Amino acid sequence: MIPSIFQYEFMILAFIAGIVTAIVAPTMGVFLVIRRYSFMADTLAHVSLAGVTVGFLTGTQPILSAMAVSAITAIWVEELRRKRRVLGDSALSMFLSGGLALAAVLLSASRGLNVNLHSVLFGSIATVNRLDVWIILSLGVAIFLAIVCLYKELSCIAFDEELAETGGVQTRLINHIFVILTAITVSVSMRIVGILLIGALMVIPVTAAMQLSRSFRGTLWIAIALSLLSVIAGLFIAYYVGFSSGGTIVLLSMALFFLANLCKKFVGSP
Amino acid sequence: MSKMSATNAIEVQDVCLSLGGHTILDAVSFAIPQGSYVGIVGPNGGGKTTLLRIILGLLRPTHGRVAVFGESPFAARRRGNIGYVPQRIAQADIPFPISVEEIVWSGRTPAIGVGNRRSPHDRKFVEEVMDRAKVGHLRHRLVGNLSGGERQRVFIARSLAADPSLLILDEPTTGVDIAAKEEFYALLKTLNADLGLTILFVSHDIEVMTSEVAFVLALNQRLICHCESHKFLSEDTVERLYGKAMQSHPLHLHL
Repeated sequence: MIPSIFQYEFMILAFIAGIVTAIVAPTMGVFLVIRRYSFMADTLAHVSLAGVTVGFLTGTQPILSAMAVSAITAIWVEELRRKRRVLGDSALSMFLSGGLALAAVLLSASRGLNVNLHSVLFGSIATVNRLDVWIILSLGVAIFLAIVCLYKELSCIAFDEELAETGGVQTRLINHIFVILTAITVSVSMRIVGILLIGALMVIPVTAAMQLSRSFRGTLWIAIALSLLSVIAGLFIAYYVGFSSGGTIVLLSMALFFLANLCKKFVGSP
Repeated sequence: MSKMSATNAIEVQDVCLSLGGHTILDAVSFAIPQGSYVGIVGPNGGGKTTLLRIILGLLRPTHGRVAVFGESPFAARRRGNIGYVPQRIAQADIPFPISVEEIVWSGRTPAIGVGNRRSPHDRKFVEEVMDRAKVGHLRHRLVGNLSGGERQRVFIARSLAADPSLLILDEPTTGVDIAAKEEFYALLKTLNADLGLTILFVSHDIEVMTSEVAFVLALNQRLICHCESHKFLSEDTVERLYGKAMQSHPLHLHL
């Protein structure tokens, strides 16, 4: 017997998109967290809202327009950080508000535009369609392959950027690839967890995994496992109880974080 | 380990650096032959770390030229010719989980090339480097939980993993206890003697300079002297380097 949840195509699509998101988000998140760049995910997510609006206005796929806008922002922020013109965190907070402001202006200018803002902000399982899933799946695979190929460069820079540079790693090139991958991850995750909660899915499972792990690679695997657990359980609850998918997923990952923290306290640090 | 033919490991010609109207380095010139063991000494703010950063290609001088093994610092870096151990690495807070093995392997990054395939030669080399720095038994430990001395050795192993010809260290023994310090300098000596590695390090510790290294560069904006370490104290260099203040506290020299 197939559980009734999988008799609906939109739920199968939601699960495929959810699983891709659950794998890709914390994988990028690990590098963001240890570089103290977590806020990058939130900033790009807010900028994505402007991208989504542009997509609706021009009739492009919202995921693709969101991706383009956040990739451009990502490179911009990264260059500002590299040239030390602006402090890293103020650049991020500037673009976060700027993105939101642009979205507000575009939305107000296009009165009568039929955008379901709530589902864009908090994620929705009912609105995922086949085309979305194909886009999410192919982008997800591309991100994963890129991380596999660049794992040692990305982690070398994450451990210590200056040491990586003096050791001969092409830090500027790799950093650009890294922020573009982050932008793509954000647009992939947008459908399921929503713009306001993407940052959480990239950061919370990683922070939870850090309580339990004894290595960087271990942190990565544990974070993916915790995130899969939150997303799959979250989608079931969202379907059966009718809660918002993004909200449920993030609350579950918070619960896992507290559990991991308790484990550390009682079992001892790794 | 040495990859280059007989040129100077480092050539610094007439290097000047000013930042915001302040002169940090003024017409500094010297050459360090391959296989040397050289220390840079000088007061705080005398430009020691700045000079290292210029040699590493992390800073561009306002004027002058730097060559590492006959090429630009950038080219030398790309070849993995330079191993670097930065300041305060022994005390740095590492708030995320990372094992000793992972840190050491990260030093091997450019040598592996594209992808993550570690050849048997890579594995053998990294094992050798970990043995040499005596960190093999720590491989699965979290770097954040190690003592200052252990952590120092881990970062030495990391810097050696790319098979460099030049090792640059900035105040390497800050935050390391005395026993670990002795062990550490013994390690540097064997790296220099057995592998022919050129070693350049910065320290404000004059005692270490006179007892450990062969040549001393005394730096306070300008190069005060570039001499053999045993001659360093016999001349009036220390006074010129630190001014009169040193003379009223002669005990600081541990003589």
